[in-house]
Amino acid sequence: MVGTALFFLFAGLAIASAVSMVYHKNPLYSAISLVGVFISLSCIYVTLAAPFIAAVQILIYAGAIMVLVVFVIMLLNLDEDKPLNRLKYLYALGGGLGLILLVQTFFIFYAVMRAQNVPADQSMTAGKTLSIGQAMYTEYLLPVEIVGVLLLMAIIGAVMLSRRLAQPQLELVVEHELEREHQEKGLLN
Amino acid sequence: MEPSLASYLALSGILFTIGCVGVIFKRNAIGMFMCIELMLNAVNLTFVAFSRYYGDVTGQLFVFMVMSVAAAEAAVGLGIIIAFFRNSLSVDVDDASILKN
Repeated sequence: MVGTALFFLFAGLAIASAVSMVYHKNPLYSAISLVGVFISLSCIYVTLAAPFIAAVQILIYAGAIMVLVVFVIMLLNLDEDKPLNRLKYLYALGGGLGLILLVQTFFIFYAVMRAQNVPADQSMTAGKTLSIGQAMYTEYLLPVEIVGVLLLMAIIGAVMLSRRLAQPQLELVVEHELEREHQEKGLLN
Repeated sequence: MEPSLASYLALSGILFTIGCVGVIFKRNAIGMFMCIELMLNAVNLTFVAFSRYYGDVTGQLFVFMVMSVAAAEAAVGLGIIIAFFRNSLSVDVDDASILKN
């Protein structure tokens, strides 16, 4: 009973925050609403007996990713969205597409509803940090390594993207390189 | 008594749809980015719910992978947004039409 009450409380909170995120024009308000979604989802993970995922959700999403997003919003000094100059019927089109998607997801979940509907044995250790760590470093070692490579690539990509070389500066660098190459050839001769 | 698996999946479907509609309606690149994060979170919720109801830890591991991909996406995506802002002084996706002209 308490589990159901908690679920509905946090589900309502999550949906309200998500709607407010899409509704607000100011990106900073959207970001704060998104933090609300993350925190309520984290509470739902706790009710699903997944404390590790709940902690990681707060740490990575609400901690790291949202700080980055808010930092970029502040850095770029964004103002509110300009009023739409798009065609009005696109609004209806977007709403209709959303409705179709919602019906589709519920259709799939209707099929799932007949599946196992009682949680697995309470004494299961799934969700404990120990069992996650054991699975991660034995059975799923290769995916973890691939994720490590992916993160390294993301770091390199982010550095390359945000490196700033103005045009005159770039020409200076190229000139310098050419000159050095020239000198080295001269030395060799 | 715990809520049934279907209620978790319904919540996830609602959140995913809100995120998808947000991607369609938002013009701001950062707003679209946040809506994509919301969709990833909705998928994470289904993973954790299935992991709970089938007593298998694999679902939670995949949540971990999704989170890593989301972090990588945040780093690269925000880098692209900053680079785009530097060129056009805007993050409006309608201004990203250099290829069209």
